[in-house]
Amino acid sequence: MTAMGDVRRQRIDELAARAGQVPEGEGGVSLVKSAFRRLRRNPVAILGAVIVLVFLFVAAFAPWLAPRDPLAQTLLGEVRPGSIPGPQEGFPLGVDQLGRDLLSRLVYGSRQSLLIGVVSTVLGAVVGMALGVLAGAFGGRVDTVVMRFVDIILSIPSLLMAISISVLLGQNQYALMIAIAVTQVPVFARLLRGSMLAQRESDYVLAARALGVKRGRIVFGHVLPNSLSPVIVQGTLSLATAIIEAAALSFLGLGDPDIARPEWGAMLSTAQDFLSIRPGLAVWPAVCIIVVALGFTLLGESLREALDPKFRR
Amino acid sequence: MLRFVVRRLLQLVPILLGLSVLLFAWLRALPGGPAQAALGERATPEAIARYNELFGLDQPIWVQYLRFLGRAVQLDFGSSARTGRPVTTEFLERMPGTVELTLFAMVFAIGVGIPLGYLAARRHGSWLDSSAVIGSLLGVAIPVFFLAYLLRLLFAVELGWLPGSGRQEVRIDATHITNFYVLDGLLTREWDAAWDAFLHLVLPGIALGTIPLAIIVRITRAAVLDVVNEDYVRTANAKGLSADTVRRRHVIRNALLPVSTTIGLQTGLLLSGAVLTETVFAFGGVGSAIYDAIFARDFAVLQGFVLMLAVVYVLVNLLVDISYGLLDPRVRVR
Repeated sequence: MTAMGDVRRQRIDELAARAGQVPEGEGGVSLVKSAFRRLRRNPVAILGAVIVLVFLFVAAFAPWLAPRDPLAQTLLGEVRPGSIPGPQEGFPLGVDQLGRDLLSRLVYGSRQSLLIGVVSTVLGAVVGMALGVLAGAFGGRVDTVVMRFVDIILSIPSLLMAISISVLLGQNQYALMIAIAVTQVPVFARLLRGSMLAQRESDYVLAARALGVKRGRIVFGHVLPNSLSPVIVQGTLSLATAIIEAAALSFLGLGDPDIARPEWGAMLSTAQDFLSIRPGLAVWPAVCIIVVALGFTLLGESLREALDPKFRR
Repeated sequence: MLRFVVRRLLQLVPILLGLSVLLFAWLRALPGGPAQAALGERATPEAIARYNELFGLDQPIWVQYLRFLGRAVQLDFGSSARTGRPVTTEFLERMPGTVELTLFAMVFAIGVGIPLGYLAARRHGSWLDSSAVIGSLLGVAIPVFFLAYLLRLLFAVELGWLPGSGRQEVRIDATHITNFYVLDGLLTREWDAAWDAFLHLVLPGIALGTIPLAIIVRITRAAVLDVVNEDYVRTANAKGLSADTVRRRHVIRNALLPVSTTIGLQTGLLLSGAVLTETVFAFGGVGSAIYDAIFARDFAVLQGFVLMLAVVYVLVNLLVDISYGLLDPRVRVR
């Protein structure tokens, strides 16, 4: 009798002691926290994050990291038709067709490339999300109008869309950013709308409505925060496409013509003319673009896995 | 099924109308407006005034739009500022090349992608699986035009195995009936011309096919991994069907459903977006025409090509939806 009572009391004590803590497994932890914990354990996510952080670091501290002035035509005298000086003392990757240090240009180029990627993605995401919230929150006729508009933008293949906008706005870095941003808008709008529609049917929204919470607070306080995870994933993946697309537009002659700002896409497209003389001129900017795009993709894919409740264990 | 198709067709109407408004506004918003766009940058003010009067550009904006729409429906987009030929004629001449290239690229992507994705899933966790995953990530991250240049430099310039530019050797005196060069060669029994046109497709086709290839590998692999764990596969195994039958009738069939959508969407994209690859290989399709038009600021060509390509893209997507309805009866009900 006493033994039995002891066991029960012990169990209850144990339960009570555990109540305040996080139980084993991850039940009861917020989605963001548990997602972050899973990210830290995923080697792919770490690789992606390290790549992204290294390039962000390089971009932020370019003036201190670059060995030389990216615009100084130091070795111009040694450039001849059919021959461009290769790697040598003081120029670890050699120089470009105008005698400028390639490594320094790559370091400075990270600024412009990442800037274009980030600004255009943020711009596309903000506009797309605004449309998505409008459609997802109001539904009905607003939803139809907004989504028809999005469908129209989506009906033009993204590169053609970007080309049309660049031609319209002229050649400068802002036109480039806007052109890429517009191609990103429909994806974000559709994604957020879909995710909000799914949330709208959930029990906690019904509960909030029953308690008399106003629509604005339900949308911005409950539905939106819970619908954001696919948008965050898409944002990370979009950074990769934005950087690649910027390179494509540069190649088509629609890039930023300002030579004071070296950019990987522009470097890559001018280097095509010297591919058989000095392939490194094209290969290095290409490697930078590929590695950064890969970093964002790896990070985005592991975020998707981490934020997906299916994978929560 | 018919109702499903009709409904999807009707949904196209607002999209196409919206598209026409967008492109009408685009041409109007260009610096100098449509007159300058049609006459070129060096047009005199008198010529522009004459053009405006001739084409009713002094009329109210909605009259102008209706006229534009009327002409667009008849596929009349004016003439190229560069060559002076009708935009539609140029488009029809160049589209077959792009179609051939797209077909080659997709056959390459599907032929390599589905078996590779399937094998990667079957040997989940093996080196083949890892390299397929890494390869598919790289395939999406590499700028297409850079890959195209590399392929051209290696296989056309250095090794000389394959032709690196154009659609056919100039010295071959081939007859062209349909402008599908490979098909023309077969129809006229000029085997060497057909073979030559085919060889010209190989390098640009592979460059163009890498992105769809990477995506198909990934989707196939993920779909097979998903399907293998389904209850019906376990049931099929449990009731004693041979491994081969389970694979063919249950796993592959169901796994190919999402793959078929991807294939359709990618085909639509390639038909419209081969600008980069075609430019590198100086392939005379619509893509290189768009590149030329950007450089010459040939706005009539840009407007017409973008509009017609968008229509092609939308129609291909429609076909994808319909075929999906055929493949998966659940879609039709919704």
